[in-house]
Amino acid sequence: MSKAKIRIPTPLRSFTGGSDEVEIDGADVRAALRHLGEKHGGLLPRILDAEGGLRPFVNLYVSGKNIRALNGLDTEVKDGDVLSIVPAVAGGVF
Amino acid sequence: MKAKDLRLAELRSSIPELDPREALALQARGAVLVDVREADEIAQGSAPGALRLGRGFLELRIEDAVPDAGTTLVTMCAGGVRSLLAADDLRRLGYTDVRSVRGGFNRWKNDGLPIEVPRTLDAGQRERYGRHLLMPEVGEKGQFKLLDARVLCIGAGGLGSPVALYLAAAGVGTIGIIDDDVVDRSNLQRQILHTDDRVGTPKVESAKTALLALNPSLKVRTHQTRLSSENVDEIFRDYDVIVDGSDNFPTRYLVNDACVKFRIPNVHGSIFRFEGQVTVFDPFNAKRKGPCYRCLYPEPPPPELAPSCAEAGVLGVLPGIIGVLEAIETVKLILGLGDPLVGRLLQYDALRQEFMELQIDHDPHCRYCAEGAAFPGYVDYAQVCAAPSN
Repeated sequence: MSKAKIRIPTPLRSFTGGSDEVEIDGADVRAALRHLGEKHGGLLPRILDAEGGLRPFVNLYVSGKNIRALNGLDTEVKDGDVLSIVPAVAGGVF
Repeated sequence: MKAKDLRLAELRSSIPELDPREALALQARGAVLVDVREADEIAQGSAPGALRLGRGFLELRIEDAVPDAGTTLVTMCAGGVRSLLAADDLRRLGYTDVRSVRGGFNRWKNDGLPIEVPRTLDAGQRERYGRHLLMPEVGEKGQFKLLDARVLCIGAGGLGSPVALYLAAAGVGTIGIIDDDVVDRSNLQRQILHTDDRVGTPKVESAKTALLALNPSLKVRTHQTRLSSENVDEIFRDYDVIVDGSDNFPTRYLVNDACVKFRIPNVHGSIFRFEGQVTVFDPFNAKRKGPCYRCLYPEPPPPELAPSCAEAGVLGVLPGIIGVLEAIETVKLILGLGDPLVGRLLQYDALRQEFMELQIDHDPHCRYCAEGAAFPGYVDYAQVCAAPSN
């Protein structure tokens, strides 16, 4: 079990009571996300689809590396890692 | 005998002099012909391929142009006197083989040797772009690249405003702006192209007024329409760089797909409340391999999962930061300078006052930009979040 942080992007902070960072435990990304979902209900469906896969308009990074280029949701999480959720953001003009 | 004549006699005894025809032959074998006349003389005509430095900045700029001190340099002025002095200066800098053209450009012309009238900046342009011209990385050559560049700004809003203003100031010669909206007072908190007295006028017209007030010699092309699969080909094909500052996913995907189709770099910026991100989607960049937007996000979110419009909002200054970063990347692309923000997503958090960079990779199986992929066509996605009545 590793202790890590997940950075929450602005569009999803309504699920974390406004927090931009959440401490989580988990040996891999899947377990870390599960823990995030237990702490903050409603957040996981924005990141994972019904089958538990990563949604195509969201990317997840473990200490600067995209998990799609690593082992996906099985990517190992080490103590002190920072996970970032990076969803597609449309905004520009308004 | 005057002092200057003594000095010239001295120089003539130590600096080899060439006839124009010999200089031309030497140039063909790799020597660099250095035209040391003043800019207004050079503007009337100069030898093709000559390095036109002028005497004033000769010592300061020659090393950037000719780093190898063993290169043969042939100096030429109008009559063959100033070129001797210049040749002496170049020798003192360490150039080992420096020669001077006897009779200078006047004799070159009389001998019927080839001449070209070089492209030059006019006096107004020299003054306006003086700080660019002082930098060897830009210089006259770079300024011509900027003047020749054609950049399309998607949106004349929060991001498009600083982008277009800085590109206009920098002398990007043709700036296109596409926007179908009119200026609303609530835009003015961040959209610095527009002014209170232009509320109610089309944004593209307001933008044109602002840009021409800043730099009257620009070409501003206005496209008062919404980008669609119907018009994107016709609009995009005449631009060298696209700067995306749009506010919705259907446009983002159309911009990406058309940029991939025409191999145009797509400078991408987006903002949300206190956060912004910038990158350059340019899968065909010669310097760095990177993704297109679809490598990163193959499909837009469905309406029910997109951030709700009610939550949208942005700190007025934020698009300034992100837009200026987009403008810098655009200028770098035009000039071919530095390390482009390709394959890297720069994220900015205004509250933490922090930048974070994430590596973003090209997807070798991307439907749009994978090597050899046939263009799959455009998709008109439904507008997932109608813009609030600005």
